[in-house]
Amino acid sequence: MIAVEGLRKSFGKLEVLCGIDERIETGEKVVVIGPSGSGKSTFLRCLNLLETPDEGKIFLDDIEITSPQCDINAIRRRMGMTFQHFNLFPHLTVRDNMTLAPVKLKLMSKEEAAETAQTLLDRVGLLDKADEFPSRLSGGQKQRIAIVRSLMMKPDVMLFDEPTSALDPEMVGEVLDVMKQLAKEGMTMVVVTHEMGFAREVGDRLLFMDEGTIVEQGPPAEVLSNPREARTQDFLNKVL
Amino acid sequence: MSWFAMPAALSFAERFKRNFVEADRWMQLVDGLKITLWVSLLAVLLGIVLGVLLALMRLSRFKPLSFLAGMYIDIVRGTPVVVQLMIFYFVLLGPHTSLDKVYIGAIAFGCNSGAYVAEIVRAGILSVDHGQMEAGRSLGMTQVMTMRYVILPQAFKNILPALGNELIVLIKETSVLGYIGVVDLARAGEQIRARTLDAFMPLLAVALIYYVMVKLLSYLLQLLERRLRESDRR
Repeated sequence: MIAVEGLRKSFGKLEVLCGIDERIETGEKVVVIGPSGSGKSTFLRCLNLLETPDEGKIFLDDIEITSPQCDINAIRRRMGMTFQHFNLFPHLTVRDNMTLAPVKLKLMSKEEAAETAQTLLDRVGLLDKADEFPSRLSGGQKQRIAIVRSLMMKPDVMLFDEPTSALDPEMVGEVLDVMKQLAKEGMTMVVVTHEMGFAREVGDRLLFMDEGTIVEQGPPAEVLSNPREARTQDFLNKVL
Repeated sequence: MSWFAMPAALSFAERFKRNFVEADRWMQLVDGLKITLWVSLLAVLLGIVLGVLLALMRLSRFKPLSFLAGMYIDIVRGTPVVVQLMIFYFVLLGPHTSLDKVYIGAIAFGCNSGAYVAEIVRAGILSVDHGQMEAGRSLGMTQVMTMRYVILPQAFKNILPALGNELIVLIKETSVLGYIGVVDLARAGEQIRARTLDAFMPLLAVALIYYVMVKLLSYLLQLLERRLRESDRR
């Protein structure tokens, strides 16, 4: 469970998040949409403190992660994150990309980590890429690796920051399939995306953000077909 | 006929024999070369350690650290290495320690090189995409771990050519070691000249040895660079 109370964030004079209150239940799949500059990515990045909130509190279960006493590194192990540009480590092979964090953090032995990596790679159909460097992979393959790299830490929550936005259209499907599979297994997911089909199919709840606030939310099918707010209608007219 | 041109009357073979063979003078060059290599090796190691440290200080969000490193780099880059060498020998270390002057020389060149390496390393770290740090942190690794296992290896690859250049410059710069009485390669050549009164042969030999050293080094660096580029193959 993630709870957000009065979250505010500014970059210089620009207020990007103007007081967000939100509660994401365990196992829930929340999809966040909105125009660029609406603060949706910043919102997501605040959840694991890649951005430091100016004001407000964020809780993961009972732990206040915005408290200065909180060990944020331990929290981040429980919250996997996938980025628009994959951010694989280019100097390491696929296997080493996956095993680096768990081994260096002494959560797994080298053999254990390699075995886990093997299993995960098999699940996303990339077992034969274990010894390749990221530069030899397609965008879709990179993103699937990035997802299973996060899964190595056995997270409770997965955050997705526009995971398919940098992909060629024909590769979007393979990444969404991995995410759907993950959703089916009951993972708690927060997904910032422009994939309305995915939102409709997988999302339990859709948040529409604009100008640093959550303008409207509800079941995806409802929000997408019958938006109540003018700004939501406006946005959906442009993208659908 | 001026006295220093006199040996020119001798044939090349005779001059060669007189400058290098007689009294085993070539051994002086070999001993000098050993000192040059030893000082350069120590200095480059010290320079890299110091350089990485200074670069991290410079990039630190803690302002006093960044300021201190900036000042150090500014002072070292703003003064000639010969002067720094003499300050280390005649002022800072020589009078207060029993340290051999070879090591004082190595320390001086290491401290000098560190400032240049710091700027190279800093540029290298900044050249690595910010997303790499975020990816490392999002996996729960600390900033130090991510720096060590993710950022620095990539930075190192990017800066290898610049670092190699710094190493080449350093080897050649050690030729002023004679200023504190260390008999390095250049000074060994000088000593031969003082005995044989022939300037051309020893200087030619010294220049040639430096040149071959630099060539060899460039070649080795090229090999290393190629190996590190392996992960870029498409």
